[in-house]
Amino acid sequence: MSHTSVEGVNRQQLIQQLQDFLPADAILSQPEDLRPYECDALSAYRQMPLIVVLPDTTEQIQGILRLCHKINLPVVARGAGTGLSGGALPNENGLLLSLAKLNSIIAINSELRTARVQPGVRNLAISQAVAQFGLFYAPDPSSQIACTIGGNVAENSGGVHCLKYGLTVHNIQQIKIISIAGDLITIGSTGLDCPGYDLLALMTGSEGMLGVIVEVTVKLLPKPECVQTLLAAFDDISKAGTAVADIISAGIIPAGLEMMDKLAIQAAEDFVHAGYPVDAAAILLCELDGSEIEVATHTDAVRELLNNSGATEVRTAKDAQQGLTFWKGRKAAFPAVGRISPDYYCMDGTIPRKNLARVLQTMAEMSQQNGLAIANVFHAGDGNLHPLILYDANIPGELKRAEEFGAQILELCIAVGGTITGEHGVGMEKLNQMCVQFETIELAQFHAIKAAFDPKALLNPGKAVPSLHRCAEFGAMHVHQGKLSHPELERF
Amino acid sequence: MSVIDNDISQQLQAKILQTISMGNSLTIKAGGSKDFYGRKVSADSVLSLAQHQGIISYEPTELVIKARAGTPLKDIQQALAENRQMLAFEPPVYNEKTTLGGTLAGNFSGPRRPYTGAARDYVLGTTIINGKAELLSFGGEVMKNVAGYDVSRLMTGALGTLGVIMDASIKVVPMPEAEITLVQSITIAEALAKLHQWSGLPLPISASCFYQNRLYIRLSGIEKAINNAGQLIGGEQLNNAHEFWRSICNQTHPFFQSQHALWRFSLASNTPVLSLTGDMLYEWGGALRWLKSDLSSQEIRCNDLLLNGHTTLYSSNAQRDAVFQALPAPLLALHRRLKQAFDPHGIFNIGRMYAEF
Repeated sequence: MSHTSVEGVNRQQLIQQLQDFLPADAILSQPEDLRPYECDALSAYRQMPLIVVLPDTTEQIQGILRLCHKINLPVVARGAGTGLSGGALPNENGLLLSLAKLNSIIAINSELRTARVQPGVRNLAISQAVAQFGLFYAPDPSSQIACTIGGNVAENSGGVHCLKYGLTVHNIQQIKIISIAGDLITIGSTGLDCPGYDLLALMTGSEGMLGVIVEVTVKLLPKPECVQTLLAAFDDISKAGTAVADIISAGIIPAGLEMMDKLAIQAAEDFVHAGYPVDAAAILLCELDGSEIEVATHTDAVRELLNNSGATEVRTAKDAQQGLTFWKGRKAAFPAVGRISPDYYCMDGTIPRKNLARVLQTMAEMSQQNGLAIANVFHAGDGNLHPLILYDANIPGELKRAEEFGAQILELCIAVGGTITGEHGVGMEKLNQMCVQFETIELAQFHAIKAAFDPKALLNPGKAVPSLHRCAEFGAMHVHQGKLSHPELERF
Repeated sequence: MSVIDNDISQQLQAKILQTISMGNSLTIKAGGSKDFYGRKVSADSVLSLAQHQGIISYEPTELVIKARAGTPLKDIQQALAENRQMLAFEPPVYNEKTTLGGTLAGNFSGPRRPYTGAARDYVLGTTIINGKAELLSFGGEVMKNVAGYDVSRLMTGALGTLGVIMDASIKVVPMPEAEITLVQSITIAEALAKLHQWSGLPLPISASCFYQNRLYIRLSGIEKAINNAGQLIGGEQLNNAHEFWRSICNQTHPFFQSQHALWRFSLASNTPVLSLTGDMLYEWGGALRWLKSDLSSQEIRCNDLLLNGHTTLYSSNAQRDAVFQALPAPLLALHRRLKQAFDPHGIFNIGRMYAEF
């Protein structure tokens, strides 16, 4: 696994080689220019890269990757850097490849309902550009103002509407990638399927380990005719969990079905004054969309289901404006929690819905044991939890305790039949929990896939899939201490 | 419900180990209802999953069913129907032996596909045996899961060339409350134009088919909503619509009963009408086109419009050599390396997809 060794790479020589095909202003090498790239949105992990490049053509990217391949230089691709798992954390001996300049919408085909875009196009910019045709791009991660489509594909991003509309993998049709050897490869098709293996699925969520995405053709959907939002309050969080199951078993698939617990409700209410019932133990937000008749019918049905499942109050938005107000607190939940705690650590596990009450109860107990408060905001419809662990980085040891608490939560998710990451990715953050979720032979299969694409292990080395050595070490130490003693050490 | 509950993973692993040690090869088979599909495999022996049956878990409120590969689709459909749920991708059931494993191995999806997604879109997790006889699990039973590479979807459509699908967790959906099918007598050019106009609107279309100057549109959802949409779309209501769609999905419609070779074109839906001699049937809003023809492979594949997608020789009584469209060199090289990564001894379904692997 030591193909990535680049001892002796001379930064000046590298710059000269890059200047053969890159303009001088596309190469950053001064510490003050590299600083903005030292982390993504998981800022607890920081690392300065050797060099940053900002190409603006596919040919330049081919040149960069060919050079890296030739001189065995690690490459980390980066979109907007909004990732929450350290997936875009630079490699200290490597090149950071920013795709930010490739930000054009190449073509919109309203007849086929597709848009062909460069990887640096922002998620929300796609929906904005196609709104004139009555269309939208469905996956809507909360960072959609800033995050880019290339990063969305790399992480298989979700959002609040994936219960009904699916994840990124369900909403893209074709991508172009450049392999580490510099080959431009088209994956997918203009039709609805393609010959050969489903490499589109394999690339989606592969966290920059298999190739560099240089173009994405996304599928667009017609905007629903009508949207309605309901807000229900509960005095017991398990009743809210039951209500979720009741809605699903009634054959209704809401566009969004979100839950917040007491601490999150109070923080959001203090911040944006959405009129939330602050005494409630939990609230559910249910968004229904479709034709007017469909929405009206489902609204009546959901209201009745919520009342029957013991909601203390059910509100139906009178108009679109009030619907937005209901959502305002949910959308502002993370910054709202940021106001009541100096720092918070956002987790991302998914569990089978039936275990919701049990998991919430266990997390509450863990919170007491760890002496750290926890606010819960999550995609209840698909069981994707986002517990926010509140801590203060200025208090020695609290970050460490928050991380330990987070690891316990992820292991709890695995124990109830879930997964350590629903939509944020493994990155650097959850490598140890990958050792818990997967057997050694499964991780070995992942490494074999990686080697099929990138035999020299130059693309985003050390991320997403832990080395077997790391797992062996983590496994042994996990039993004794529950935590690696030197997480900063390179163990790949 | 009398579904067999039988786990034969250990026997299969043992047989694979034996095959490796003897330097032999295997062809994977469950119900055998899709033996006609793909290139012919001349393996030393058959690895049969027909006995590997059973619904492992199904909880309607979780919207997930987990079943062994050899489970007949009809058993799965029946279990789901009892809870007013269904497989969203409406897979073809060619006969009563058609299994879940075969359906996933070929990513077989029916009339609902362009409107709700393909088999691969609903696969949440799989257990497989790779070419080293290792039993591996990927994905899971939850809707959102990005831990590790998406091997479950990679296995879907790989025609058993990467490994043996042992079981799978599939996302299921509620059955629509009501359905109607409307028929219009129009030309194909008019039909394609209308289909594209409708596809840009939020209409509850769940299937479309064009054959012999008749356009069939199925609407699914709440009764009032589909009636309203039906008024906008127009046309005569079709009686026995369920039987019609089943005949298209399962290919029992007279169009598919033929001695001619059957070609499948998967294209951008707005591809103009192809001028190829033979009988043609359209599905998927124009994105799937079937041609019954005696034209040679060369005569068909040289049509420029087919560059808008890809061509498959779906079934033929004659040679089944170049069934799937050739892959560009770098992509083919990647396929070979993936095959090597999963099946290093080269034992599974050699040549079923491409001669090279």
